[in-house]
Amino acid sequence: MFKRVINDAIADVVFDFEGAKITARSGESVAAALLADDLLSFRQTPVKDLARGPFCMMGVCFDCLMVIDGQPNRQACQVVATSGMKVARQHGAAELNIDQADPA
Amino acid sequence: MSTSYDAIVVGGGLLGSAVGYGLARQGLRCTILDEGDVAYRAARGNFGLVWVQSKGIGKPIYADWTMGSAERYPEFSTELLDRTGIDTSYSAPGGIHICLNDEEYEDRVEKMSTLTSHQNGRFKHEMLDRKAMLERLPALGPEVVGGSYSPHDGHVSPLYLMRSMQRAFVDLGGEIKNDNRVLDIQKSGDGFSVRTANENFSTARIVLAAGLGNKALAPMVGLEQPVRPVKGQIIVTERQAPFLDMPTTHARQTGEGTIMIGDSHEDIGFDIRSTPQVMQTIANRARRSFPVLSKAKIVRTWGALRVMTPDGLPIYDQSETMPGAFTAACHSGVTLAATHAMVYAKYVADGQLGRELEGLSVRRFDV
Ligand SMILES: Cc1cc2nc3c(=O)[nH]c(=O)nc-3n(C[C@H](O)[C@H](O)[C@H](O)COP(=O)(O)OP(=O)(O)OC[C@H]3O[C@@H](n4cnc5c(N)ncnc54)[C@H](O)[C@@H]3O)c2cc1C
Ligand code: FES
Repeated sequence: MFKRVINDAIADVVFDFEGAKITARSGESVAAALLADDLLSFRQTPVKDLARGPFCMMGVCFDCLMVIDGQPNRQACQVVATSGMKVARQHGAAELNIDQADPA
Repeated sequence: MSTSYDAIVVGGGLLGSAVGYGLARQGLRCTILDEGDVAYRAARGNFGLVWVQSKGIGKPIYADWTMGSAERYPEFSTELLDRTGIDTSYSAPGGIHICLNDEEYEDRVEKMSTLTSHQNGRFKHEMLDRKAMLERLPALGPEVVGGSYSPHDGHVSPLYLMRSMQRAFVDLGGEIKNDNRVLDIQKSGDGFSVRTANENFSTARIVLAAGLGNKALAPMVGLEQPVRPVKGQIIVTERQAPFLDMPTTHARQTGEGTIMIGDSHEDIGFDIRSTPQVMQTIANRARRSFPVLSKAKIVRTWGALRVMTPDGLPIYDQSETMPGAFTAACHSGVTLAATHAMVYAKYVADGQLGRELEGLSVRRFDV
């Protein structure tokens, strides 16, 4: 659905999306790389459990939230893809895991 | 030609919206005049607690008035839901005040017993030790020594509350007129003529409920309103799965899952900026109370101005020189919304404030 406008950058970044290997151009955001790979649903909303994907691509709509390297609710449009990253969809609200809390 | 009303409410914040709704509910033809989006509005920047356990310590009259509103809240929010279909997210699972050291705990014990002594058993609370606290709020951190629990406390979405009161008001035939900053009020015949930046109106009764704007307006009806701004800053995190079953004085989880963190007080005039130092202070207290919060990302912060009176208690008056004119100001307009709509508005419609409000007149500041 989305095509890269400039297609001559080297595709040398490889990251993991829920077990699949995704190639990205260096400097691309996680969201851009996944959209170019035809992913549309990035998360399920916390209240109504509806599918959402990137809308603004500039950090204001929070519709591109994903779990990136274990951290929930990252804005995928604001995170530059790097090799070895682990990316997954955000399902509902993040869980604050009480048992894993750092003591204050 | 000016439009004529049974009552005009000046100020479309929480107080004005509650009073306007309360008047329309009794069949009065009523309009709310607001100055519009330029305003400093506590109603749009507050914390959303319906809170009893800190109100009126040493001041039984305010403790009673607050308790009355909390008791009416279930009926009030159901009524708003039935009329408008808007769910205000009101819930009253009780509330907790967290103590981070023994000194805070001792102070709390004393305050709670003072409140209890005011109300002949009407005010219920429990002092909880660390173990009992953890049973209610398992996310509490190691620094928490104890706290107080009161079953009367709860919380509500302040924005949905505003919206539902205003919707119900309009559905009952009320009019809300924005961009109508009131500039002048004059006695005319049996009522008043009111001049705004845009129009002229006449009315039989007038209620000044303009928050900080009341200071300039009250003298127009022969009263004083010694209110000043006290800034509060609030931090909001991203939505989280439910982990906080009841609101606390400094942190609460909303119906949508965001965590609101607040309760700062700055006496620095008309300034609503959020500042890193204060945000750090309130975030730190929240993190010491709930260490898991250090993992939550912040999505918004803001500052808003409380409408503060010299002793922190609300002020209600009716003008002696201009009968039919009322003034009201308070800094807990969320908590008091139910009583403002269901009790105070009746007094205005009757043209006579209830006797229990005598002690809340501005005359208490005369020496
Ligand atoms: C940070 C913060 C946290 C708070 N937390 C809580 C809480 O947890 N629980 C609680 O119960 N309360 C809380 N409050 C207090 C509560 O928000 C206020 O008590 C309440 O909003 C006051 O409502 P108000 O209508 O008097 O004033 P406002 O909401 O300030 O509204 C006043 C309105 O009057 C209008 N106005 C002013 N001058 C004129 C004029 N000349 N002509 C026409 N219109 C005019 C303005 O446009 C404005 O809309 C908090 C407040 C703050 C700031
Ligand atoms: S797409 Fe809007 S914040 Fe990422």
